[in-house]
Amino acid sequence: MSSLRQIAFYGKGGIGKSTTSQNTLAALAEMGHRILIVGCDPKADSTRLILHAKAQDTILSLAANAGSVEDLEIEEVMKVGYLNIRCVESGGPEPGVGCAGRGVITSINFLEENGAYEDIDYVSYDVLGDVVCGGFAMPIRENKAQEIYIVMSGEMMAMYAGNNISKGILKYANSGGVRLGGLVCNERQTDKELELAEALAKKLGTTLIYFVPRDNIVQHAELRRMTVLEYAPQSEQANHYRNLAVKIHANQGKGIIPTPITMDELEDMLMEHGIMKAVDESQIGKTAAELQAIA
Amino acid sequence: MSVSPTLSVAEIKDRNKALIEEVLKVYPEKTAKRRAKHLNVHQEGKPDCGVKSNIKSIPGVMTIRGCAYAGSKGVVWGPIKDMIHISHGPVGCGQYSWAARRNYYIGTTGIDTFVTMQFTSDFQEKDIVFGGDKKLAKIMDEIQELFPLNNGITVQSECPIGLIGDDIEAVSKAKSKEYDGKTIVPVRCEGFRGVSQSLGHHIANDAIRDWVFDKIAPDAAPRFEPTPYDVAIIGDYNIGGDAWSSRILLEEMGLRVIAQWSGDGSLAELEATPKAKLNVLHCYRSMNYISRHMEEKYGIPWCEYNFFGPSKIAESLRKIASYFDDKIKEGAEQVIAKYQPLMDAVIAKYRPRLEGKTVMLFVGGLRPRHVIGAYEDLGMEVVGTGYEFGHNDDYQRTAQHYVKDGTLIYDDVTGYEFEKFVEKIQPDLVGSGIKEKYVFQKMGVPFRQMHSWDYSGPYHGYDGFAIFARDMDMAINSPVWKMTKAPWKSEELPLLQAAE
Repeated sequence: MSSLRQIAFYGKGGIGKSTTSQNTLAALAEMGHRILIVGCDPKADSTRLILHAKAQDTILSLAANAGSVEDLEIEEVMKVGYLNIRCVESGGPEPGVGCAGRGVITSINFLEENGAYEDIDYVSYDVLGDVVCGGFAMPIRENKAQEIYIVMSGEMMAMYAGNNISKGILKYANSGGVRLGGLVCNERQTDKELELAEALAKKLGTTLIYFVPRDNIVQHAELRRMTVLEYAPQSEQANHYRNLAVKIHANQGKGIIPTPITMDELEDMLMEHGIMKAVDESQIGKTAAELQAIA
Repeated sequence: MSVSPTLSVAEIKDRNKALIEEVLKVYPEKTAKRRAKHLNVHQEGKPDCGVKSNIKSIPGVMTIRGCAYAGSKGVVWGPIKDMIHISHGPVGCGQYSWAARRNYYIGTTGIDTFVTMQFTSDFQEKDIVFGGDKKLAKIMDEIQELFPLNNGITVQSECPIGLIGDDIEAVSKAKSKEYDGKTIVPVRCEGFRGVSQSLGHHIANDAIRDWVFDKIAPDAAPRFEPTPYDVAIIGDYNIGGDAWSSRILLEEMGLRVIAQWSGDGSLAELEATPKAKLNVLHCYRSMNYISRHMEEKYGIPWCEYNFFGPSKIAESLRKIASYFDDKIKEGAEQVIAKYQPLMDAVIAKYRPRLEGKTVMLFVGGLRPRHVIGAYEDLGMEVVGTGYEFGHNDDYQRTAQHYVKDGTLIYDDVTGYEFEKFVEKIQPDLVGSGIKEKYVFQKMGVPFRQMHSWDYSGPYHGYDGFAIFARDMDMAINSPVWKMTKAPWKSEELPLLQAAE
């Protein structure tokens, strides 16, 4: 147990967390590590590429059918996929009802109490886009994930989300010992993307651990419900994920307590890099028509 | 037992002021500053009691208050006897509030009336995660199946309902439609709302307005033959039969009581009330909202009254009668005259045993003032009083019509303050709730529960006063109080004893 690495991938919704994490974990499995993936998203799509199947029976749906989570056995919820990667999905309610955050708490407690973490080297939590409530912060509380990897891109809102997640990590850093492992930039081909990602990493006191270039092969693999590692093991893209896996493996104990910045600082940073033009304070909140009238 | 009944008003005021200073000393500075606003010595002529009220209690103190769910389920809705009230959420709130108030009613429990039964959705983890709407719908189906004579359902929300955002309104509407327009009332009385049970009363009142009154077509003909003398009793919960001993007086003076809210009340009575000629309001705090609404919307005047003790009863009967014609006014006089000999006999028997005795009260939102007249009819004096969840309008009424100069006033009193006040003032009787009872009895102070009448009652009306007087005498003059001192504490034991 002492060598168990607990990591988590966070990031803005749609940024490619699940894709990046599953490819990277497949690469770690290639290196011989025993992996458990815990999907903490009510959509239950965090393990789809490993299992070749969407939304397996989730902990919460099985628990609801059985009566309560105490009626479940670990074997019922744990599925084994590519390279013996073990997968569980927390699951949760449909959008608009109930409390998905409580579902995450219930699921993680269930996994811990039932010995899901035995005989494995890596646990990876894949968590829904924003840390909207205490439930989704569960993986970064109470000595669960030790290192958080933030998946981001050069887009403003992805960086904004990354900064917010850092605030969450900072909140629990002292009580739970969670650290920011680093940023993973999933290329969107925006202007000066690498430069910006590195600048944000610097501001947060961390490093850009890897820059994953954009390649359509990822989509091809995904359509076949596979990781690139499995679909095209010889591809350039597969090697990128292998490199990222090596970096993460070597990153043990190197996590830091992040230094999140304010919204203003974030905007300043974008201006510095010429992404956003400096705006005259007097123009804020004015419509185009109003501005024309003044001019 | 009073320390000194011979103190002048000025001396009492000085003592009470010093006492407030003393209790505040134990608090941290910030707490003392906040609590100081809730404690005062009443000054005659002031429009209110000079205390802040209806403000959040301070964490760490022992407050006596309840929550919004308690105010709706426990007080306003719970006694409506022919409706089934679902405690919606985890099991504890329903379990611990089960039959907690003795709202007497007539009916066959489990067949056509349900007050002493407990219905709960018993939330489990999966209901929190996946939402409880489906379960709620199923419970309503089961209720229809198992209790076909129920006349309606209410959903009393516990805290998690508000947290997870369950749509109880949608479930209620859908089921109401399915059951041919059955009255189903969703009540958003989650316990975390507001500072005490008081907001729960308000929310419950609003639910009656929105889900009972507003469902009745405005021009619908009344389902009964109206008379000019139709009145509704509002804010009497029939604790130990209080509403019954009140109702007979109104009927004897010639009025017709068309509804009781909500003790021994029914859905039909709620629905009939907008046709009343006058609403007579006993518990102002918990039901002034709906009374005001009926005045605005239906033009029904409302009149506060007090049926504790013969002085206030007579005053109230005359006040109620003033809204009607001479026949009712004469009726009121006849009622007063009829019961006067009974009252004289009660007072002749008990006043000599209770004369000059002092009382300290701490009750909910009405009785801290309403019972003062009854004690005074017995020659007793209320020397301290306060409300759990009263608002400033309650303290105004208290100051203007009830308390004497120099009375100690304590709003939302803390456990420490109440004990210290009683210890220093040494009243002959404390009247408060079950949580306070044994603390004071162990201090050697006679006590009566003033929420539940200590499982006695009724205390309202003329009949109630006879019981009230007996109970107060029983509490104060019980021989047990002479035996509260351990014998070995009253005699000095010799230090050395010879061996046998």
